Amino acid sequence: MTSTVLSSRAKTPSGLRARVAARIAGRILAVVALVASAVLVALPIVWAISTSLRTPATSYDQPPAWLPTDPVWTNYSAVFTAVPLLTFFINSVVVTGLIVVLQLITSTMSGYAFAMVRFRGRNAIFAMVLATLMVPAQTTIIPVYIIISRLGLVDSRASLVLPVIGGAFGTFLMRQYFLQMPRELGEAARVDGAGPFRVFRQIYAPLAMAPMATLAVLNFSAYWNEFFRPLIFLQDSSNFTLPLGLVTLQGNFGTGSVSIVLAGIVLALLPSIVVFAFTQKYLVEGVAVGSFR
Amino acid sequence: MIAASLAVIVIFTLAPIVASVLLSLVSWDAISPPTFVGLGNYERLLQDQAVIRSFWVTIKLAAMIVAAQVVIGLGLALLVQRFRSTFLRGLFRTAFFLPLLVSAASISIVFTYLFNDKFGVVNYYLGLVGMSGVSWLGSEAGATATIVMVAVWQQLGFVFILFVAALSSIPRDVLEAVAMDGAGPIRTFFAVKLPLISPTVFFAAVIGLINALQLFDQPWVMTKGGPGDATTTTVILIYQAAFQNLQFGYGSAISVVLFVLLMILTWLQFVAGRKWVFYA
Repeated sequence: MTSTVLSSRAKTPSGLRARVAARIAGRILAVVALVASAVLVALPIVWAISTSLRTPATSYDQPPAWLPTDPVWTNYSAVFTAVPLLTFFINSVVVTGLIVVLQLITSTMSGYAFAMVRFRGRNAIFAMVLATLMVPAQTTIIPVYIIISRLGLVDSRASLVLPVIGGAFGTFLMRQYFLQMPRELGEAARVDGAGPFRVFRQIYAPLAMAPMATLAVLNFSAYWNEFFRPLIFLQDSSNFTLPLGLVTLQGNFGTGSVSIVLAGIVLALLPSIVVFAFTQKYLVEGVAVGSFR
Repeated sequence: MIAASLAVIVIFTLAPIVASVLLSLVSWDAISPPTFVGLGNYERLLQDQAVIRSFWVTIKLAAMIVAAQVVIGLGLALLVQRFRSTFLRGLFRTAFFLPLLVSAASISIVFTYLFNDKFGVVNYYLGLVGMSGVSWLGSEAGATATIVMVAVWQQLGFVFILFVAALSSIPRDVLEAVAMDGAGPIRTFFAVKLPLISPTVFFAAVIGLINALQLFDQPWVMTKGGPGDATTTTVILIYQAAFQNLQFGYGSAISVVLFVLLMILTWLQFVAGRKWVFYA
């Protein structure tokens, strides 16, 4: 009943015009709301960048200056003398780089094995890997720390790398991808005399670049920004990674030299922005899959 | 290589689960030999106000974060859905996604400055509209609100992308049929869109809960769990018990309780997630 009344009203010219007007008004409102939200989301970053370009003395001026007029670059050199920022940077690059590369190798190979190679207990072992996917790192941190300390690795960069070089998530991601690939490719190559490892390296691995990129980017983002494990495993500031180093710096300064801390934060963010700019596609796709871990 | 990778998984993920349970049955300060106390740690934590309070704080924070995230994320996704232009969609997707790239620790430092009682930008603008001197990080309500805001700010892009994908997967002819019948946007949303994307809403909510129950970086950087114990989450308590007070057994017992809680949620997510994840 209601619906017939409504639809007949919609068909009259004036009703139609009203609906078109309402739709246009709705769109304008939608754009306004979206732009406002996007600006709100951007504001903390914008403030951080602008304030990092002001002198420490003026960084709390009110009203806050949102645009960096007369940018001052001294904070960007000051932060390197306030803390060993270059060391933090190198540590972060080494730790994140090693985790990304090693996980790529182990995940691609074990994902391939679980998808393409038949061996005894394959499904049982894969189920075990899958189960570890769900284990949140925070809840196993105490035993992991004990193992690390038994290995004599406390306060070393290796303590961050070693526990995560076998990636359950990566294995799962790569397996799903290899499962979709035709087995005939490998069989053809084998007939031509290629060994099993060569089939993997020259035929299948090059075809799996897309999920490898997704895995690399997700891992980069996760480990570049990691704070919890470094806080527990590292003691000497010469081993600190960027997030831990910056929080320590902020703790030392209190609310003193805000703009210097912010310069460090902006510098730490730059590599992420660069990676994002080049790999947005993989990252956004990966988030949907990555939500799994 | 595969064996090596599996060995690492076994040593650093599977064994620690078992080890956590075993450790939770002992009293150990990491120096003198551990003494077996049976379920003593569990009896103690059931009566420990700090533990009960931390679970309450964590669940309260998680519920607020997830509710805000889902409502705002869904609202923004619905707004973006009104546009066909891939350029506009891409632009907003990028804008809401960027916070996911920032480290939680770094952005917590930025928010600490922005929400500073005396010099903060937020209180400056609130002062202009007559609300001066809000004690953000110094009061229980303020600190809770600030932590929720940081977490929502950072995670919004994730739910937004999930919801845009889900809304795009609703067949167009369904929506056209609904429009033909004259249903307005509100009725279309509640009668058609929401039921159709409900698996995604559920999925996003449970994922959000799992993440939020492990909250550590933001409260640790902004308040160290304070004022008092107002923002001491369970993971902060585990950290303090094990690595500051050297109570490895007791810390493990709290970890095991949190672990069980998270596993129940993960199982729920897996059941619901199956519907969504293997979709694409």
